[in-house]
Amino acid sequence: MSTQIDTGGFTEARLKQPKPRHLIYRHSAIVRVTHWINVLCLTILLMSGLQIFNAHPALYWGPKSTFNDPILEIGATEGSKDNPARGITTIFGHDFDTTGVLGLSKNGDGEWTERGFPEWATIPGPQWLAMGRRWHFFFAWLFVINGLVYAASALISGHFWALVPTPEEFKHIGRTIWDHLRFHFPKGEEAKRYNVLQKLAYFGVIFVAGPLVVLAGLTMSPRIDAGFPVLLHLFDGRQSARTIHFLCAFAFLAFVAIHLFMVLISGAWNNLRSMITGRYDIGEADEPHAK
Amino acid sequence: MLTLAGCDKLSQSHWFRKMLGSAESLNHAVQPLVSGQRPAPEFTEADISPHFKANGSTNPEDAAYRQMVKNGFADWRLEIAGLVEQPMTFSLTELRAFPSRTQITRHDCVEGWSCIGKWKGVPLATLMERVKPKPEARYVMFFCADPIDKKEDGTPIKYYESIDLAGAYHPQTILAYDMNDLALAVPHGAPLRLRDERQLVYKMAKYVMRIELVDSFDKFGDGHGGYWEDHGYEWYAGI
Repeated sequence: MSTQIDTGGFTEARLKQPKPRHLIYRHSAIVRVTHWINVLCLTILLMSGLQIFNAHPALYWGPKSTFNDPILEIGATEGSKDNPARGITTIFGHDFDTTGVLGLSKNGDGEWTERGFPEWATIPGPQWLAMGRRWHFFFAWLFVINGLVYAASALISGHFWALVPTPEEFKHIGRTIWDHLRFHFPKGEEAKRYNVLQKLAYFGVIFVAGPLVVLAGLTMSPRIDAGFPVLLHLFDGRQSARTIHFLCAFAFLAFVAIHLFMVLISGAWNNLRSMITGRYDIGEADEPHAK
Repeated sequence: MLTLAGCDKLSQSHWFRKMLGSAESLNHAVQPLVSGQRPAPEFTEADISPHFKANGSTNPEDAAYRQMVKNGFADWRLEIAGLVEQPMTFSLTELRAFPSRTQITRHDCVEGWSCIGKWKGVPLATLMERVKPKPEARYVMFFCADPIDKKEDGTPIKYYESIDLAGAYHPQTILAYDMNDLALAVPHGAPLRLRDERQLVYKMAKYVMRIELVDSFDKFGDGHGGYWEDHGYEWYAGI
């Protein structure tokens, strides 16, 4: 039998053919739509949140503000003729000079302004707490409704389980981390499902950080605290909830940074197409190593 | 930067602000619905803030008010009028003679910070029972002594606020005359300030001079029910 196969010719023919495509339908319409609504919501929530934070750029732990002992404080020194003002960020009592970005930054007209986060990072740009709150609360509702639609569909369709790591995957987590560090991404059959690191990242951000940021946000509401005092026990008070809300926001930002990086290096167009049309090219699995 | 400029442009446009404002109606509908009339959490003496930050006006620049401070508020009278069967005025001594409520509560500023303080005062409900609101009364308005701003022609704008009747009758809604066991100091609203513990601090009018029951706050200030509300802040300040 083996003598009838012209292996040389087969290889040649294969080389001449265009690279075969292995498109699979990866993302359902609900996943794609909720993903892009989420992009909009998270961007606006982060930036309007920084506008709100700027109204009192300090964080505390516990039920009340300990003004003399903040966890984080962003401010500016008073400048004099010989000593220009500096933006100072204090974290756990340690001062960092953050002039230009935090504490003291240039506004749209190029003038130095004392504010927590700079104008380019906030919505609206200039200090405008009332409008920042309007943006924030509108998109907070959209974020929650969008998240609930996604979660409900994930549970009903079973997509939820695609994000839950199996014990088997945990066993090989070292191998997956090593592959990621070498930017070696699975192809073929293996690329049809999320690997354990993707699962942990997506599960963590969707089902842990998502609910946490919403609950911590609600805990800042005096009316919600009256209705659900359990929230204050959960977060150890309103000011802790504010700190956790802030940390969650930056956890989202870190996730987005890593997510975008991975999207870019693991096939930007393929990934982007899969989140627009749903189709993803899994490619061909690597030839198994000769034993 | 283009998108940011776009956001700022949207922030200025009427229709977009109105759209964003729809979330305010949702907050106002949902928060009382899910939280009911349950009281704001109360704290212990040990939780009281050693330094209680004062905000808004801290030393009203008003001649008549200054005179009252000098006099120890002996001439001060709280007037309650508007849509009530029995308009009344009360001196500080009379208010102190009513059964009082003391509560240690958290004071949440719209800026994001919180302080904890102990408040003693007369429940607003007690005064409501005296003046007997008419059936058409919907809001309780508070008019204050402090000029917080100026109109274009230079005349002072005095602080004012409003709450609804459900809020007015809540047991924790008091007109406080003592803070941390001492008579209310000027920075905190002497001689009388509102405590409405389930809303943000800007609702809790300081230097209260006159209370008026109304069916609508349209004709006061710019018609949004309070000084900060006239500057774009939500009338319902539950979050």
